[in-house]
Amino acid sequence: MKRFLARHGRGVVGITIATLVVLAAVAAPLLVGHDPVQSDFAVGLKPPGTPGHPLGTDQLGRDLLARVLYGARVALFIGVCCVLLTAVVGGLLGLLAGYFEGWPGAVLMRLADVQLSFPFILLALTINAIVGLGLRNIIVSLSVAGWVVYARVVRGEVLSVKERDFVHAAQALGLGRARLLFRHVLPNVAPSIVIVASLQFAQFIVAEAAISFLGFGVQPPTPAWGSMLSESRDYLYVAWWLAAFPGAALALTALGINLVGDWLRDVLDPRFRV
Amino acid sequence: MRAYLLSRLGQTVLVVFLSLTAVFFLVRLGGDPVLLFLPMDIQAKDLNEFRERLGFNDPLAVQYGRFITRAAHGDFGESLRYRRDALGLVLERLPATLSLSGCALLLTFSVAVPVGVLSAVRRGSLVDFLGMGGAVLGQAVPGFWLGLMMIYLFSVRLGWLPTGGMGGPLHFVMPCVVLASFYAARMARITRSSVLDTLNEEFVLTARAKGLAEPVVIGKHTLKNAAIPIVTLAGLDTGQLLGGAVITETIFAWPGLGRLTVQALLNRDFPVVLAAVFVFSVTYTLINFLVDVLYGWLDPRTRASARA
Repeated sequence: MKRFLARHGRGVVGITIATLVVLAAVAAPLLVGHDPVQSDFAVGLKPPGTPGHPLGTDQLGRDLLARVLYGARVALFIGVCCVLLTAVVGGLLGLLAGYFEGWPGAVLMRLADVQLSFPFILLALTINAIVGLGLRNIIVSLSVAGWVVYARVVRGEVLSVKERDFVHAAQALGLGRARLLFRHVLPNVAPSIVIVASLQFAQFIVAEAAISFLGFGVQPPTPAWGSMLSESRDYLYVAWWLAAFPGAALALTALGINLVGDWLRDVLDPRFRV
Repeated sequence: MRAYLLSRLGQTVLVVFLSLTAVFFLVRLGGDPVLLFLPMDIQAKDLNEFRERLGFNDPLAVQYGRFITRAAHGDFGESLRYRRDALGLVLERLPATLSLSGCALLLTFSVAVPVGVLSAVRRGSLVDFLGMGGAVLGQAVPGFWLGLMMIYLFSVRLGWLPTGGMGGPLHFVMPCVVLASFYAARMARITRSSVLDTLNEEFVLTARAKGLAEPVVIGKHTLKNAAIPIVTLAGLDTGQLLGGAVITETIFAWPGLGRLTVQALLNRDFPVVLAAVFVFSVTYTLINFLVDVLYGWLDPRTRASARA
């Protein structure tokens, strides 16, 4: 039991937290009766514990619990979209660059190096400011800034996997390239993709919140944690709860996903251990 | 060594050149650049005049060539908001950002390395549990939320610290802690695993077998050998530290490069954005260069080996 906890304790805690967040997001309409964007000026800035508003209300009288729960939907949606997009695009490019060691792959990797030498958050922020605001554009911006990690990791893995005997054997049997790549090489690099995805997931969610916090990204009245925190700054002297709860939700989500990511890395691939 | 220095210099120039190119074309992709570069309330008849004067009627290749040539001379045009030389404006803000980042880096090292070493040496103890628990938490808590909560507690409630701006040493406290929190967490974890790995090496066993005192074994034999992953991370993270400064400076109204960049992006002040991208990428590559030099000093083996 003790050994199990030492090895999988973090995983258990992480999966529990992550499951709770997902449940809260999915069941948001069932958990609260309030509409997250419906304002009610009669009950503006009520503290937590007010009847009908367990976490209080914001400056427009919107229920904070409803906004935090619906905020989980926005955060998870953005996180899932970004992870899928970057995993598919980055993974595919890495796969091709690793398998066909020609100049296109080399150029791609040089570009990836250059992109990695720029702070992620600043890159995503700049792209977002230029392509425009809103939900779709923040997903695009984060994905454009984030694909390189997959490309690099997958390429490195493919370079070693493709020299293994079973790949040579499959080649000798006369398998087509596509079949070889997707049936024999891809499954062997899949654990790395899963590990990177789980570690990137939280990063995307926090980056989205940071960018929305700075006034780009998701715009009010959409209940995103970042823009809620941004609005809360004006009321910090009178309403601490506006800043406390959305941020706590964000931190908890990031914590849960990070724990799962750490655990997956330890279990699937001890080489990545930190 | 000289060939290596030259190749590093070439790499720096390439990174800076490609960053500027990417931002230049992104801005052009974003639609009519005149509308981006000029205030929203401009008269329609003035538009074409501006287009002609700023050279936007020329072919894209010509515009790009002109932009790069000017950039090479340090000329990014005039800030649309401040009506001043954009690069000058950016460089003026650089010291504030560097002093904040330097402070945060110092704080990171002085907290994270002892915590990491202690956690490794006393593996499985309460110190390890608390230290690593704190690190995992520190990695999950977003800096901008931590900043808001600290402002609420220490400025609004207790009135101990100023809410923002740059002034005396007290102004440094909260921005530094916020900026350092995430990196300290990562650094502590890397330090711990690196020290753990090194403790298994045979030379540590030898040192112990010789009867050396434990502080000497840890301080001299283990730590210097465990330093390489730590220094690598420090170098990689310095760039992220500059990125983190963007957010921290905005929360604490710190008059640095990050806040200027955010404001320039919000105001569509693209000459300033381009100049900031230039300064960011130069600073970052320079820092990584210094880290590489530090490597050579820490581990003579890396001096000879090719760094392809």
